[in-house]
Amino acid sequence: MTAVPLAIPGWLQSLADQFYLNFIKDDRYMYLVRGLKITLEVTVLALILGVVLGVIIAIIRSTHDKTIEETKPGFGRFILKFLNAIAKIYLTVIRGTPVVVQLMIIYFVIFASSNNKVMVASIAFGINSGAYVAEIIRSGIMSIDQGQFEAGRSLGFNYFQTMIYIIIPQAFKNVLPALGNEFIVLIKETSVSGYVGLQELTKAGDIIRSRTYTAFMPLIAVALIYLVIVMIFSKLVSILERRLRNSER
Amino acid sequence: MSADLTVHAEENAIAAGEVLISVSGLKKHYNGGAVKALDGVDAEIRKGEVVVIVGPSGSGKSTFLRSLNLLERPTEGTILFEGKDITSHKNDINLLRQKMGMVFQHFNLFPHLTVLDNMTLGPKKLLKMSKEDAEAKARQLLETVALADRADAYPSQLSGGQKQRIAIVRALCMSPDVMLFDEPTSALDPEMVGEVLDVMKSLAKEGMTMVVVTHEMGFAKEVGDRVIFMESGVIVEEGTPEEIFGAPKSERLQTFLAKVL
Ligand SMILES: Nc1ncnc2c1ncn2[C@@H]1O[C@H](COP(=O)(O)OP(=O)(O)OP(=O)(O)O)[C@@H](O)[C@H]1O
Ligand SMILES: [Mg+2]
Repeated sequence: MTAVPLAIPGWLQSLADQFYLNFIKDDRYMYLVRGLKITLEVTVLALILGVVLGVIIAIIRSTHDKTIEETKPGFGRFILKFLNAIAKIYLTVIRGTPVVVQLMIIYFVIFASSNNKVMVASIAFGINSGAYVAEIIRSGIMSIDQGQFEAGRSLGFNYFQTMIYIIIPQAFKNVLPALGNEFIVLIKETSVSGYVGLQELTKAGDIIRSRTYTAFMPLIAVALIYLVIVMIFSKLVSILERRLRNSER
Repeated sequence: MSADLTVHAEENAIAAGEVLISVSGLKKHYNGGAVKALDGVDAEIRKGEVVVIVGPSGSGKSTFLRSLNLLERPTEGTILFEGKDITSHKNDINLLRQKMGMVFQHFNLFPHLTVLDNMTLGPKKLLKMSKEDAEAKARQLLETVALADRADAYPSQLSGGQKQRIAIVRALCMSPDVMLFDEPTSALDPEMVGEVLDVMKSLAKEGMTMVVVTHEMGFAKEVGDRVIFMESGVIVEEGTPEEIFGAPKSERLQTFLAKVL
């Protein structure tokens, strides 16, 4: 009787070695941790900027579309037309060009002197996201029954108060799934930030790959992290949606 | 439903019987004059009066009513409310609208707010009332329409009749000087019409100035001080309910009454 040594299969051993090489050795997992932190920072900041921009643009656009026919010629009408034109140009340009190009223009041209890559990337993705958020919110505003406007105005609210207290909250609720989707798009889009040298999650995986000359482990890890975040976020959105819906029933 | 529906914050300068709203030469044209929704309307609404507007579909009743608080901007003519020309840009229409409550055919309650929040939004934001005062007043008004127990409900949880009663007290929360009603019972199931008309009747009894567009001829007869008959964008005939329903002069009114009565 000879004792069979408890041998680890070869493939498992090599997987463990790879894992060690890519993540444990030299604390390489810290690239991913720091990268994830930057990805989340950029996404959240961009989302905030995008929603603020989006709401402003949406209000300008829908105010124009709803009221321009009744607005008497004069300064107010001129301003409204002017703002609407700017908004339209913004939407056309942003939605008509690739986000990577926008990012590079903002980084290398507009903020050429800035070293704060997180800030620059947040601004770039925020401006980009704002265009999509604007159209989402505008469709939400336009979907609200005209009677809601009239009820608000008949109580004595002015146009903007009616928007803020009555229309936007309802519009927001209606477009929440689309906004959640925009967040998901946004977090994935930030993966191109490597073009301006920002070490976010994707770039972090790429750095590990270039150090260890193995592509499988670091890139799969990066993909899994995105996937988990997106899944968690989708779940949160659907919970929030259900909450909001229940609050009306 | 005898409790006080109206809570007057201040004594108004305009005494009962005096002119509250004065309309002259009111025109509203659409499509560059192709559609004449209103084609020269002159009317007066006196304080404490209940004026009922009747007429066939498309005669301009809603357009007239909605012009009174400038939801429709007239093409021509003037509307004086408490002596102020509401069409003039010098007068703040938002302030004037605070004094003109409006009730819509489709209620237009705010679905994202509870009944109480629907009622207190205006008082809190516009009249700068404290939350406590606004809610106290809202609850008191809810009591008068027998809906005190629904304060925390959302509009989608209410029946049509309940929604319209809430819409009425929501407008009353602003302590308006006049209430405008555009077919308040037309969207209701027949069995709910009565409960809304009852609220309007007690409101009338308390001396609220009311302008009511309705197809409820019974209400016009019972509650109306004056009935205005409109057709094709003009006032064809007006008078007391007895005159309008008992002794209609114009042929058009006679034809109309033959159809609806
Ligand atoms: N926005 C608009 N554009 C064009 N025409 C309009 C518009 N609004 C109303 N009209 C027309 O103006 C006329 C008067 O309409 P209004 O709604 O005041 O009638 P009404 O007496 O209230 O009718 P109903 O009893 O059906 O409510 C109608 O012929 C209508 O088609
Ligand atoms: Mg009508």
